[in-house]
Amino acid sequence: MIEAVGLTKRYGKTVAVDNLSFTVEPGRVTGFLGPNGAGKSTTMRMILGLDRPTSGQVLIDGKPYARLDRPLRTVGALLDAKWVHPNRSAQAHLQWLAKSNGLPDRRVDEVLDMVGLTKVAKRRAGGFSLGMSQRLGIAGALLGDPKVLLFDEPVNGLDPEGILWIRQFMQGLAAEGRTVLVSSHLLSEMALTAQDLVVIGRGKLISQSSTTEFVERSTENTVRVRSPHADKLGAMLVDKGFTVREDTDGSLTVSGAQSDEIGDIAAASGVVLHELSPQRGSLEQAFMQLTGDSVEYHAELAETGK
Amino acid sequence: MTLLAVERIKLFSTRSPWWCMLLALGLTVGITAIIAANWTDSPMPVLGAVFTHTFGLYVVMVMAALAVTTEYRFGTIKSTFQAVPDRISPMVAKAVVVVLLSGLVGLASAFGSWGLSWVLAEDNSDLALTTANDWRHVAGVGLVYAAGALLALGVGALVRQTAGAVSIILVFALVVESVVGFIPNIGDDIQKWMPFTVASKFIFGDPDPSAIPNGAGPPAIGELSPWGSFGYFAGIALVIYIVSLVVVKRRDA
Repeated sequence: MIEAVGLTKRYGKTVAVDNLSFTVEPGRVTGFLGPNGAGKSTTMRMILGLDRPTSGQVLIDGKPYARLDRPLRTVGALLDAKWVHPNRSAQAHLQWLAKSNGLPDRRVDEVLDMVGLTKVAKRRAGGFSLGMSQRLGIAGALLGDPKVLLFDEPVNGLDPEGILWIRQFMQGLAAEGRTVLVSSHLLSEMALTAQDLVVIGRGKLISQSSTTEFVERSTENTVRVRSPHADKLGAMLVDKGFTVREDTDGSLTVSGAQSDEIGDIAAASGVVLHELSPQRGSLEQAFMQLTGDSVEYHAELAETGK
Repeated sequence: MTLLAVERIKLFSTRSPWWCMLLALGLTVGITAIIAANWTDSPMPVLGAVFTHTFGLYVVMVMAALAVTTEYRFGTIKSTFQAVPDRISPMVAKAVVVVLLSGLVGLASAFGSWGLSWVLAEDNSDLALTTANDWRHVAGVGLVYAAGALLALGVGALVRQTAGAVSIILVFALVVESVVGFIPNIGDDIQKWMPFTVASKFIFGDPDPSAIPNGAGPPAIGELSPWGSFGYFAGIALVIYIVSLVVVKRRDA
């Protein structure tokens, strides 16, 4: 379990992380979501004791990172797949890591096997593709068989096969009862991977909830209705206080109503329905709505488009 | 002990330390061989065999600086501090490994140069290591390389960039220390306390008559005795290294 309490990081006058508190539970994949520059990586570095918080603290199973004994056995992390010496072989890279926390050499072969890099173990890591580097990074994170795992934007730049592999891998780790925190700036990706979401913008906590709850709360639900008596039905729905928009093809988009309510109203007045389908707003839209004010660098286009 | 093994794996699983060690030995032993083969008319003195030690010193210092700066360049320093969050112990382990290795390279370079001179020089009657001073001229190279490596590790950890660290070390040792002497009035007095100038006094200073033909040879500048000179050089290296530890501990990785 990871607990952040009042975590704050200032660089001069810039506040990168602002009084951030959240918890990450074991047994679930928790998505750490926010636009680029929201402070996700800074927060992850503070969790690992690499950056010193200006104030506040992070505890891992009740202890600050620096107080963990042989920390790779408790926390595994992949912050950047390129953090490998390009002229060192994958095996040598894992060997020194393993040795530093008193893990046996045999464990190196095990994790290489887990991520499917056994065949290229002796090759220099500088020649690896992004996907292979990512796998090497994950192998490094798994070395100490840790209870807590952190991944920073692990699917960035990967092909669909690589994305699927990582997604399933993380879900597998959580299913084994581990605490998994994955950062991303893509809500659509997180919706597929994470059960819980910690959403931040400009270093501040925007929400912490389950993914379904977040998506339901933040997307606008509408119902699409097609009917030969659209005019009559539209008028009745407006009377009931729902917002109705008529689309160019003659169908109605009703917001604020559940599809069963509309079905009941139509049946009561004998209106024939050709279509009655609940629509879910896009995740991107919801995310934009929530974090829109907290994106650090707005594109000009977005400003004028409002 | 495990951290020493970690740093040993790190150092020897990349190529640059091997190249640096080869280059350091090649430059010193190779150039000394040329000098020795061309030493005619008089017996070759002990100091003649270690003239070239400074070339190797620069290369060894580059190797030591690289041992830290490449960790920053490639982000492995973050993995290092993740694995050992107190930060000081892995940095000390690195220093022990690099300093020991540099000392060994220094010994190999000096005794290699001396041995090859013995074989190649026309008259090697003065090359025998008979006095404590003779031994210091040759074996002292190991100590100077070791202290130089410590200094370079400190600079590397403070600057964190290969190009920056290497230029600071080389420009200081090769340019600043000689240019300082040209400052009117006070130049000479400052130069006497420049670390690399003082370090060569440890190697070249107070020779026995057999080590150098009457008064000729490399200048030994400085106010301190040869061993005092080494203490001064090593002291500066240690201070810079300790400052770097404090900075590394406090700075965001």
